[in-house]
Amino acid sequence: MTDIAALETMLMAEIASAADETSVEAVRLAALGKKGSVSELLKTLGSMSPEDRQAKGPAINGLKNRVAEALAERRATLRDAAIEARLAAETVDVTLPVRPSPASQGRIHPISQVIDEITAIFGDLGFQIAEGPDIETDYYNFTALNFPEGHPAREMHDTFFFNPGPDGTRKLLRTHTSPVQIRTMEAKKPPIRIVIPGKTYRQDSDATHSPMFHQVEGLVIDRTANVANMKWVLEEFCKAFFEVPAVKMRFRPSFFPFTEPSLEVDIQCDRSRPGEVRFGEGSDWMEILGCGMVHPNVLRHGGLDPDEYQGFAWGMGIDRIAMLKYGMPDLRAFFDADVRWLEHYGFRPLDMPTLFGGLSS
Amino acid sequence: MKFTLSWLKDHLDTDASLDTIVERLTAIGLEVESVDDKARLEPFVIARVLTAEKHPDADKLRVLTVDAGDGRPVQVVCGAPNARAGLVGAFAGPGTFIPGTGITLGVGKIRGVESWGMMCSERELELSEDHDGIIDLPADAPVGVSYAEWAGLADPLIEINLTPNRPDATGVHGIARDLAASGLGTLKTGPVEPVAAGGACPVKVRIDAPDLCPGFALRLVRGVTNGPSPKWLQRRLKAIGLRPINALVDITNYITFDRGRPLHVFDAAKVKGDLVVRRAEAGETVLALDGRSYALTPDMCVIADGNGVESIAGIMGGEHSGCDEATTDVLIESALWEPLNVARTGRSLGIITDARYRFERGVDPAFMAPGLELATRMVLDLCGGTPTETEIAGHAEHQPKIVAFPVAEVRRLTGLDVPAEDSLAILSRLGFRPEGMGAVVDVAVPSWRPDIDGKADLVEEVMRMRGVDAIAPAPLGGHDAVNGRILTGLQIRTRATRRALAVRGMMEAVTWSFIPEAHARLFGGGQPALKLSNPIAADMSDMRPSLLPGLIAAAQRNADRGLGDVALFEVSGTYEGDAPDRQRRVAAGVRRGTARAEGAGRHWSGNAAPVDVFDAKADALAALEAAGAPVDRLQIEAGAPGWYHPGRSGIIKLGPKTVLGTFGVFHPKTLAALDVSGPLCGFEVFIDAVPEAKAKATRTKPRLDLSAFQAVKRDFAFVVDRAVEAGTLLRAAAAADRRLITTVSVFDVFEGASLGEGKKSVAIEVSIQPVEKTLTDEDFEALAGRIVENVKKQTGGVLRG
Repeated sequence: MTDIAALETMLMAEIASAADETSVEAVRLAALGKKGSVSELLKTLGSMSPEDRQAKGPAINGLKNRVAEALAERRATLRDAAIEARLAAETVDVTLPVRPSPASQGRIHPISQVIDEITAIFGDLGFQIAEGPDIETDYYNFTALNFPEGHPAREMHDTFFFNPGPDGTRKLLRTHTSPVQIRTMEAKKPPIRIVIPGKTYRQDSDATHSPMFHQVEGLVIDRTANVANMKWVLEEFCKAFFEVPAVKMRFRPSFFPFTEPSLEVDIQCDRSRPGEVRFGEGSDWMEILGCGMVHPNVLRHGGLDPDEYQGFAWGMGIDRIAMLKYGMPDLRAFFDADVRWLEHYGFRPLDMPTLFGGLSS
Repeated sequence: MKFTLSWLKDHLDTDASLDTIVERLTAIGLEVESVDDKARLEPFVIARVLTAEKHPDADKLRVLTVDAGDGRPVQVVCGAPNARAGLVGAFAGPGTFIPGTGITLGVGKIRGVESWGMMCSERELELSEDHDGIIDLPADAPVGVSYAEWAGLADPLIEINLTPNRPDATGVHGIARDLAASGLGTLKTGPVEPVAAGGACPVKVRIDAPDLCPGFALRLVRGVTNGPSPKWLQRRLKAIGLRPINALVDITNYITFDRGRPLHVFDAAKVKGDLVVRRAEAGETVLALDGRSYALTPDMCVIADGNGVESIAGIMGGEHSGCDEATTDVLIESALWEPLNVARTGRSLGIITDARYRFERGVDPAFMAPGLELATRMVLDLCGGTPTETEIAGHAEHQPKIVAFPVAEVRRLTGLDVPAEDSLAILSRLGFRPEGMGAVVDVAVPSWRPDIDGKADLVEEVMRMRGVDAIAPAPLGGHDAVNGRILTGLQIRTRATRRALAVRGMMEAVTWSFIPEAHARLFGGGQPALKLSNPIAADMSDMRPSLLPGLIAAAQRNADRGLGDVALFEVSGTYEGDAPDRQRRVAAGVRRGTARAEGAGRHWSGNAAPVDVFDAKADALAALEAAGAPVDRLQIEAGAPGWYHPGRSGIIKLGPKTVLGTFGVFHPKTLAALDVSGPLCGFEVFIDAVPEAKAKATRTKPRLDLSAFQAVKRDFAFVVDRAVEAGTLLRAAAAADRRLITTVSVFDVFEGASLGEGKKSVAIEVSIQPVEKTLTDEDFEALAGRIVENVKKQTGGVLRG
């Protein structure tokens, strides 16, 4: 009996001191292997008398089971320790920076973004987007829009002209997006509801004027559209575009050759904070757009009877409303492609203006 | 157009406040640009210098005691040379803001002597540029009274920004008429009474250019005494920024602003013979009143006499026959000039005058003679003299325009409900003459409103007088369904391409549509039809044939600022000709330095390599995919345009004819010509050439059959001639079994001496998806055999041993 107890004590000590899998296996072989010490004891059971067997059997079998259990336990402990060690060895510095995702680096130019914002708003009001060429004829840019002969805008110091062609006529760079009004009227019958974003050009260059700039024009023609409707459309637009619950607008009678009556529109704002304009509050007025009822002569040039059809049009500077909304101080920077400017004022590629998600975030 | 409140009130009887008047002016279309209420002059009071002693520590300073009327004389240190005891001037106490210096006064010590305010110069009050001394008033000026009030300087100044269609509002009288019609007071001034005159005007007028001069009135006034005009007149002229000259000249300027009626005065003694209105002769010059000499052309109209040109018609008089203090006999001219000609002449000579401003807008033809009467009246009042009768040439009586006005038009165009009689009353107050009542009323247009042509113009008159604010916004109806798609195919493709390129880490630029001619030529442009005849700068002369030169220049600008790794793109127009269909819609981009889609610059995980042709190719394909091009059917070929590196560029085609794009690194000569440095690659894709997707009857996607069998991959390495294109090899492998082979990709390209001269190894991975059964070894072997066979047939390549 004491032999068994002594053996157990010895084996348990060996298991406990086994430092790795190999040592554990050596202990196992020495105890439970074919010729192992425990196996040898087990073999003695066969030659014992039934009484002895009954007395010693449970003791020897018990020893075998306890040793096997201790070996398994030791193995598990060693395996866990090995994993711990490997993991410790595999540890990296997770504060090392990763490369930024391309989508976080790319930028959409504010002009494109604002055109998308305008598209979202007017799309909701049932408008379509129309476009036209930058290089225009005198007819579409001036004559059809009721500019009289000799109007200053038709002079070289206001408008970019190309050299005269073989027939003596000279093309020009459109000075506004209004030629698309005529092109649209020629192409389709009312009802017409379009907005026309695009590039426009004038002989002008300073901090607030650029020889190339962007305009958006709107045109509504049907049998009833009037100044009251125009006021509603423009107020709705300004609220939606500047993302304020209310705006106060001032419609002033003015003059444009292609509208009659003509109005200029000021929007009330607060400019007391440097570099920032807040709409829907404050006591300053800022001119924001020109508009009016389409001049009868313009309707006629578009092939429409001004006693049957009527409508209104408006135009405003995309660059300008972008500057106002997003607080960009200098128009010239729009066309300089300075990546620091683009990074700061540009928009992320997946920031798509929608009405359901808000125009800007 | 500038005027003062008191001037306005000469014509308008009103109790309205300045604020109300200003607000109303803007509301009726006479936009107020600025108002100067002169409140800043209020604190300056008339004060008397009691004593003036030399400053103990400064030679040029004096220590004054000043009585500002409150019985407590104060000490003031003053540096003005004219400071003296007994002087009466304008005093400002501590706390006063001095407009001319922008400083608010405090109590100060000047060289150790306390100073409790200052005696001011005209410049310090922004009254003039005079700073030679302090204001020196008559000794009887009332001490303690507001200086501005006493001197008539408190009169608020209003400036309106006049639209070009309103010549009638170039005079205070016309502005008053508008305000009165809007209900703000009543118009005071009535018709002009002619003066008593005797004898014919000895100087006759002949009009040789009747197309440029529809009328000319002239009168001689003998025996005038010309000198400084009276204070009130000088004050008004100064208030609006004009310099008083002498009474005769000041009268013409006054009436120009009072009535929008420019006039001219000739010193009759200097006029030789009769006056002729004619076109200038080529080579003629005139020394004008501004002291400059102008070279005239036959496009210009002049008034000439026996001496030659005396005046540039409607713009500026000549120096020779101008009036001065010695003038005793004066010829007063009131004429009409063709507006367009005045505008053109003024522009080409570069002369801006108050006369031109009015004539180019069109002055009231019916006021030509009354204007002369008014001027004569003032001359008689201020300078004395005896007038002759008026000599009038070429003038026909004004025939009013008649506009048929359907009164309901107001409601139709504006939505505003105005009773017919109210509309007609408004028009009457503005000087229109409606005839009768009814649905359509004939309305005679007043002579001073050349801008009124049709019924819409009359609607505007009623609307602006009634007030645009009275029009309540009304929703635009007729929109009661879910919106459909509102963008055209091209617009959608443009938008998608833009976002797709930005997602690749590129920044969108907007560059000029016009570029230097040399750049345009370099990229296939520069044709005469696309050259501006009046570019704003020499390097903005030609419409761009490509977006690339602008982007390359932009990338270099950034590099010059120290940001060399930039990726820029633009989606916009390029120009192949001047017709609308020759404007293309293009997306283009450039990458510079190491600005690759995966990231730029050095990084602990691996540094970015310099950009190359494949960066540009990936951008181009991504752009085309976003634009809806069928990317699986695109062909890539060599043969890109000459601005690219011939061996590191390609074109992207759809079918044999349609070129959808180009890409590559740039030719060293291109970089040199643009004066830029690389590494630089770029691409350009033609969004408008991408075919429009065919309209489909259903949005259902094709059926998806998923194989139940395991997909497998097999690698092959082929040795081929160096010139064999990978694309050909890939196509040959894929064609071996289109049903089983899903994709073929290149995973290694190797060139080395071991392969032999002019050879390369291309290793491909073939993905195989069994569809009917699991493939046996024999099946795979047969498939591999077909792949090897096909590649050999198409490329001459053999399996690498």
